[in-house]
Amino acid sequence: MHYHFLDPYRPAKSVLHTLDPRVKLVLTVAFILAVALAPTAAWPLYTLLLALAVAAAVAAELGVTYALKRALLALPFALAALPSLFTLPGARLFSLQIGQWVLTATEPGLQRVLSVVLKSWISMQAAVLLTATTEFPDLLVAMRAIGVPRLLVAIFGLMWRYLFVLVDEAIRLIRARDARSGSPMGQGGRTVWWRARVTGGMAGNLFLRGYERSERIYAAMAARGYDGEVRTFPQPPLNIGQIIVLIGGLISLGALTLLGIWFW
Amino acid sequence: MLFAPKFLPLLVDSQMHIPDGFLSVLVSVVCWGLTVLGVGVALWRTGQELDERKIPLMGVLGATIFAGQMLNFSVAGGTSGHLMGAAIAAILLGPWPAVLVMTSVVSIQALLFQDGGLLVLGANVFNMAIVGVFVAYGVYQTILTLTRNKPWGTFVGGFVAAWTSIVIASLVVALQLALSGTSPANISVPAMGLIHMVIGAGEGLITIGALAFLYATRRDLLGLAPAGPSRASNRAVWIGGLIIALALAVLSPLASIHPDGLEWVAEEQGFLNTAQDAPYEIIPDYVFPGLPDERVATILAGIVGALIVFGTALGVAYLRHRRQPDTAYEA
Amino acid sequence: MVKTTSQEILIKNLNFSYPDGQMALSNVSLEIQRGERVAIVGPNGAGKSTLLLHLNGILRGDGRVRVAGLEVPGASDGALRRVRAAVGLVFQNPDDQLFSPTVFDDVAFGPLYMELPPQEVDRRVTRALAWVGMEEYAGRVSHHLSTGEKKRIAIATVLAMEPRLLALDEPSAGLDPRARRSLIELLCTLPQTLVVSTHDMRLVQELCPRTVILDQGRLVADGSTQEILNDEVLLNTHGLERP
Repeated sequence: MHYHFLDPYRPAKSVLHTLDPRVKLVLTVAFILAVALAPTAAWPLYTLLLALAVAAAVAAELGVTYALKRALLALPFALAALPSLFTLPGARLFSLQIGQWVLTATEPGLQRVLSVVLKSWISMQAAVLLTATTEFPDLLVAMRAIGVPRLLVAIFGLMWRYLFVLVDEAIRLIRARDARSGSPMGQGGRTVWWRARVTGGMAGNLFLRGYERSERIYAAMAARGYDGEVRTFPQPPLNIGQIIVLIGGLISLGALTLLGIWFW
Repeated sequence: MLFAPKFLPLLVDSQMHIPDGFLSVLVSVVCWGLTVLGVGVALWRTGQELDERKIPLMGVLGATIFAGQMLNFSVAGGTSGHLMGAAIAAILLGPWPAVLVMTSVVSIQALLFQDGGLLVLGANVFNMAIVGVFVAYGVYQTILTLTRNKPWGTFVGGFVAAWTSIVIASLVVALQLALSGTSPANISVPAMGLIHMVIGAGEGLITIGALAFLYATRRDLLGLAPAGPSRASNRAVWIGGLIIALALAVLSPLASIHPDGLEWVAEEQGFLNTAQDAPYEIIPDYVFPGLPDERVATILAGIVGALIVFGTALGVAYLRHRRQPDTAYEA
Repeated sequence: MVKTTSQEILIKNLNFSYPDGQMALSNVSLEIQRGERVAIVGPNGAGKSTLLLHLNGILRGDGRVRVAGLEVPGASDGALRRVRAAVGLVFQNPDDQLFSPTVFDDVAFGPLYMELPPQEVDRRVTRALAWVGMEEYAGRVSHHLSTGEKKRIAIATVLAMEPRLLALDEPSAGLDPRARRSLIELLCTLPQTLVVSTHDMRLVQELCPRTVILDQGRLVADGSTQEILNDEVLLNTHGLERP
């Protein structure tokens, strides 16, 4: 069974797809760092960075709005920043009256909130593009290359491999529970405690299956010589074209960052 | 993943995974440093403690927790509770492998599903995989010891460990947001804390349910973890976890009453932001709509904090008088 | 006594119980020569899979198990590695056996752990995939494949280790008729000694000249496939049917 809803990769033969995953990972993190270092209310800089992200989406043959829409997922968390609207002192924008309290929104407050939300939205687009253009096994290679310990990468790999299998099992459990959760008048469901126990039982069930599966996997690994060490196929070094892209990208992002710091 | 509170004030989303852009670079970098340290130690300790089954076991359990987070059940109104997993991982595997498992869960969530940012991944891993696991383990071991390893101690311990891990992790998130200048402490701390005290109950219930199931079917799996205090490093986690819980329980109400210290830190990061960023000035009357007075909100948080402190103080006292036989670790 | 060098497997008086006390194998003795193709049949729970797991030391029971000239129980680490390189064990559920991110990684796993140099690993992977007819699948991700494709890749993962002996657990289980037919054809082309545990009596008929019946951990019959499959009483007694 395929679970594409869990797999963000979108196959294509674009420039971004064929770029070395190591380069992509480093540039993505560098981009997010550049966005993070951009000062508050540096609207022109945000526009430039957004344009970069959109350009990348187009280069990836994903369309202008692909990343824009998916990055909106971060929005609910924006509520965390909302209080700043009312708590930063400065020029008064408007006031809200709630009962006996007066909430005063200020200009710096608005700038702070908008900046946080925009920066978050733009950052997330980079991450969306990375996963849409890079298959996960390649991301693993990239992680090893930037120094993530091999044991950890091995765990990531196994976890990802069995994610789909176990989510499949979880969905089957949920369906089985739902199929037995009917009632003629739509009432019922008993107490929270009972529901939690059922859910907890399902969780325990999943763990058990997971554990037993891991035993079988271990047997399969042992049968092919696994001895506890992590051994991997060595990766070829970056070719000159990739290196140029990498350095070019880093320099551009660095320039944008410095631009932001000097002018705003 | 997503939690949709409909009856709680919408000021603070209850999601624990922080996206990029909400933490300052300094806070992110510091959290990365702590995370690299913690995960490094976990790698080292796990390499020494578990045998070669470790990779498939941890990988699959990570996938299981991930899949388990899809299970949910309605708590009340429109809300639903689901699993973070630090507690159950710590109880089943022991602290250090649990750190690695949770690290992979949080990382994959960020990498694949943008559940949490990449630059702030260090902070998210720190909150859930290190603080979450440490606190869960510390509380669990304490309660096991208090109940002298009776079976019901496992369940009570599981519940309280899970609940505490969620609450404390959420307080860390609130503090990180405050230190970054994103959200004032006297709102974020009480809001995060209170919301997650409710969510934590869900985590606790699911954890008990899972433990009960395993207790009935494969009791031997509950002994997978290296026995409690028999290893110095596990003892360190136990105590460390309690200290973290204690510290946060005390500091958070303080921070929310006197956010100036945190504001000062946020302001000092101004060299990375604009020079015109002004510090917070808290106007007390309307900072926490929904509760009549900021003081009441923080008092509430303080009371709960005090309860936690009291409970852990009890635990620490018992620690000194514990008589726990070292049980052999079965591979 | 002159030992025949063509003896591939020797099992003498093997007993095995699971940790919970359940007896799985009882005084099993079996001898298999190089190049033979032997089917192990029996009802569920007879111990077929358990027996296979003894061939490469994943399970260790009481009794003697000698594979490819090496004594398995009590083997040193080095000897055990040699055994596992000599015995290609293909598990029943290919999902358990394909645990790496890509097909290439999975097929390369065995050779990598044999500490072969990268070029040799690459060569073996290409050869193994070609043998099972899945050369273009090297870059694919395992979980997207069909069961039939996964079973073939699983076979490739052990072929890459160039074993002398292949042990397959329920190879045709879960396959649709077309995939099953193509799998049987593949198995017929393999030069290795074959030990196949299965319920699929037609596969036994086509592939294995010799059949062994296991029931409740005991070896109750060992002879030519033709004779055994014609003995309806014997088959029915042990929960089997004629093809």
